[in-house]
Amino acid sequence: MTQPHIDTPATPHWRPLSRSRASAATQGAVGAETDEITDAAIEAKEISLWYGSAQAIGDITLKIERHRVTALIGPSGCGKSTFLRCMNRMNDLIPSVRMTGELFLDDQNILDQSVDPVELRRVVGMVFQKPNPFPKSVYDNVAFGARINGYKGNYDELVQHALERAALWDEVKDKLHTSGLALSGGQQQRLCIARALAVNPQVILMDEPCSALDPIATQRIEDLMRELAEDYTIVVVTHNMQQAARVSDRTAFMLAREDRVGRLVEYGLTEQIFTAPRDQRTEAYITGRFG
Amino acid sequence: MTAVRPEAPGSDRYQGARERSRRNTLSAASRWFFLTAAALALLVLAVLAYDTISQGAGRLNLQFFTSYPSRFADQAGLRSSLIGSGWVLALTVVMAVPIAVGTAIWIEEFAPDNWFLTVIKLNLANLAGVPSIIYGVLGLAVFVRFAGMGPSILAGSLTLALMILPMTVIAAQEAIRQVPSGIRDGALALGATRWQAVRGQILPVALPGIVTGVILAIARAAGETASLIMIGAFTFIAFDNSRITDDFTTLPIQIYNWTTRPQEAFRANAAAAIIVLMVIVLAFNLIATIVRNRFRRFR
Repeated sequence: MTQPHIDTPATPHWRPLSRSRASAATQGAVGAETDEITDAAIEAKEISLWYGSAQAIGDITLKIERHRVTALIGPSGCGKSTFLRCMNRMNDLIPSVRMTGELFLDDQNILDQSVDPVELRRVVGMVFQKPNPFPKSVYDNVAFGARINGYKGNYDELVQHALERAALWDEVKDKLHTSGLALSGGQQQRLCIARALAVNPQVILMDEPCSALDPIATQRIEDLMRELAEDYTIVVVTHNMQQAARVSDRTAFMLAREDRVGRLVEYGLTEQIFTAPRDQRTEAYITGRFG
Repeated sequence: MTAVRPEAPGSDRYQGARERSRRNTLSAASRWFFLTAAALALLVLAVLAYDTISQGAGRLNLQFFTSYPSRFADQAGLRSSLIGSGWVLALTVVMAVPIAVGTAIWIEEFAPDNWFLTVIKLNLANLAGVPSIIYGVLGLAVFVRFAGMGPSILAGSLTLALMILPMTVIAAQEAIRQVPSGIRDGALALGATRWQAVRGQILPVALPGIVTGVILAIARAAGETASLIMIGAFTFIAFDNSRITDDFTTLPIQIYNWTTRPQEAFRANAAAAIIVLMVIVLAFNLIATIVRNRFRRFR
């Protein structure tokens, strides 16, 4: 399959600020040269976030490699979903949220006031825990994002292409005009992925995308994630450690201590995290001693 | 060894057959109690309906619908009050619905969560509970007197629009709040602006609920009497309304008028008009139900 020939919607005023690329990985746990990320799609620097007066995540610094799958793992309440939602500023929708730190997407600090979260969210797509197709036809589900972003190309081609990339086309090509809600759970989640692809993002955030799906549907989504990583940067939050081990290139382990502030404990190549964790807490978590 | 184990079946620590049968008796009794309560309400309604229909059915003929009011009961009809009701309701809907739906969208989707919003919400809830006669006093002071509209269709519609505004806002708010948050988040995560998410996804889902609320509010306005009498719509109208500055009368006002007459024959007229009004209000409620069920099927 060729590269996606989805045109950039009308006004791509996504202008990287001229700002020097930040220095190499700063996280203490990640030291080995082989771990070094030279081509980062996203770089977080000391991200902290508060819900009102309660801090949820603290000082998270990590780089996310371009065109790879990065998994965020950790027990419930460790702030991994919150951190994921920093990357497309979905947290902005919660009135009491406050953030500090810097989050670079291709050299632009997306937490900067000058960045429009609406424009950011086209570039950084998201797939949610529970499949949430719109109560509209399969076709309109995929076309909606393109429409609101002023896409001027051929919609039939766009819809077909997005559905093909999401490995759903063969199953729905004869029912493009039936409700998206009539599909099975796994199909609905792939429809949501197709919907995200149709606006031509660079990064796709997935917040426990398989937690509501059966094992077979889960496997299809995991296969799809591997395929999509050729063209997109994927960040996936998962509770399922086997899933992280199967699909991701790199894994970040987060944990909240008694202060309930989620922090990054260890970040590295997935293989290293699962076979030779450097931190005792990581080892305890991946071997199932807590969490 | 010391683990707590559930009691074995048949253990005497569980309640015996006697208590069990008492529970079942209580359950059966409660069923009859609630059935009786529901039946009583229906019975009262049935008696009222029978009484009205038996009195008024005889007056329901074409002449009754096409005649103006008259001092002769057998020549009086609903023509001017039906036309007046139509004008007032149509104008009320045109004025109240856009404002109500707009307010609801603003409250649910755009408003910052601060003290100002709290004050507005509290006021809406209070206003929805204000007796309609108060709206009549307001309409009389502001529209009829201060704005110099007189007891016109315009003044009546504005008064009714104010009256149904709070409950329509609350119904629309409720409908918008029922939209699953995944739909809102899904749209926003694709790079939709707030308005694009509202227009493209949230409103279509909320629409049946909003329409239902609007129709129920119209039904309420259709039966409204006190506030319209207050603004001075208690007049004898023997012409077809053609301008919003016209004086007017409405169906419930006509009913009230007839019930105040001493002659027995006017009571029959009132009963017949009540039947007409009941059918109209029932029709609105039926439409509301149909709209709701119809849209639900497409989900």
